Amino acid sequence: MDDLRNVIVIGSGPAGFTAALYAARANLAPLVLKGLEAGGQLMLTTDVENYPGFADGLLGPELMDQMEKQAARFGAEILPVHVTDVDLSERPFVVRAGDQEWRGRTIIVATGATARWLGVPGEEKLRGRGVSACATCDGFFFRDRELVVVGGGDTAMEEATFLTKFASKVTIVHRRDDFRASKVMSARALANPKVDVIWNTTVAEVHGDDAVSGVTLNDVRTDRSRTFAADGLFVAIGHDPNTALFRGKLALDDEGYVTVAEPRTATSVPGVFAAGDVTDRMYRQAVTAAGQGCKAAIDAERFLEDEAHGR
Amino acid sequence: MANIGTVTETDFQAQVLDSETPVLVDFWAEWCVPCHMVSPVVEEIGNEKGETLKVAKLNIDENPQATRTYGVMSIPSLILFKGGQEVARVIGAKPKDAILRDLAPHL
Repeated sequence: MDDLRNVIVIGSGPAGFTAALYAARANLAPLVLKGLEAGGQLMLTTDVENYPGFADGLLGPELMDQMEKQAARFGAEILPVHVTDVDLSERPFVVRAGDQEWRGRTIIVATGATARWLGVPGEEKLRGRGVSACATCDGFFFRDRELVVVGGGDTAMEEATFLTKFASKVTIVHRRDDFRASKVMSARALANPKVDVIWNTTVAEVHGDDAVSGVTLNDVRTDRSRTFAADGLFVAIGHDPNTALFRGKLALDDEGYVTVAEPRTATSVPGVFAAGDVTDRMYRQAVTAAGQGCKAAIDAERFLEDEAHGR
Repeated sequence: MANIGTVTETDFQAQVLDSETPVLVDFWAEWCVPCHMVSPVVEEIGNEKGETLKVAKLNIDENPQATRTYGVMSIPSLILFKGGQEVARVIGAKPKDAILRDLAPHL
């Protein structure tokens, strides 16, 4: 049937587009279903300085635009739809987006990860009213305001540094006494005169009615709480894998990441491969995701060849 | 097709607040990446709902007053107006079915 594809790639970050590029160059005419967060996490970042081959760095959205064009140039079909259901119980697999449906001989899962929230009182109510997980989206609204950034990784450092373009003061609140972020990113944030850090402290509550007015900070060593005035709270405490679609259908680990047969990308279902942050709780880099996307395409190609030869 | 295109502070009263049918206003900006993902979904919703719902876009950079009036502090923000009042708000990039679910009680 004409809707039967060799390879369906679900997701469109570095893993998805690299898988599509390799599958397209192997004449597999892959279909890429981009998803709502098309382009992935790099679409929400500014400068990418650690993707090799770009000596002067480039913007995250520019890098993703290049990756998409490169995959398209070799014949990947790329659709702006968000997958809502998959059936992996028999082959060919079925992938659905609303009332649209495709069948695939193989599937490459590259759905990535999404920012995690704190889960404290007041956070959900004030989301979009001063609580945000996207500095590049919402920083604009906080000109000359005072902000809190929660987290200690690269994302927190990048958000804090970016927000100083708008805010009069940015306070990073971190639960440990040391950042997990790379040296270059944390040094840059700490060197900024608008940035302060409160160590060994968590955010226990967000205050405000129509807008954020402050947060409750809790010192984890003394267990003492205090109120801290702020006009906005940016949450950058990590990511959760986007695997709700695959629960009960693919083997996931205890944190919800898709389990793959390292060093290959095979999942628990033969013919389904996975790559990028959806599998990776350790490295989470654009370049590692791209590398794994390449492996997934090669794995899918070999799987189809073996099958064609009855192996 | 119930897409009234771009609205501004100048015609907000006439196009949105005085409208007989509910209007879904997409608060967006050129530099906002998730906005570019949501806008086509809003247009689709406008097409599907026919005469029962109008959809419109408001550029927050060009309309700071309206942005402040409605307390928009995150984009994309989709605000549903009915009889001149805000009745629902959907914040952030969400899939179409989630947006429709949030709007359903008011349509």
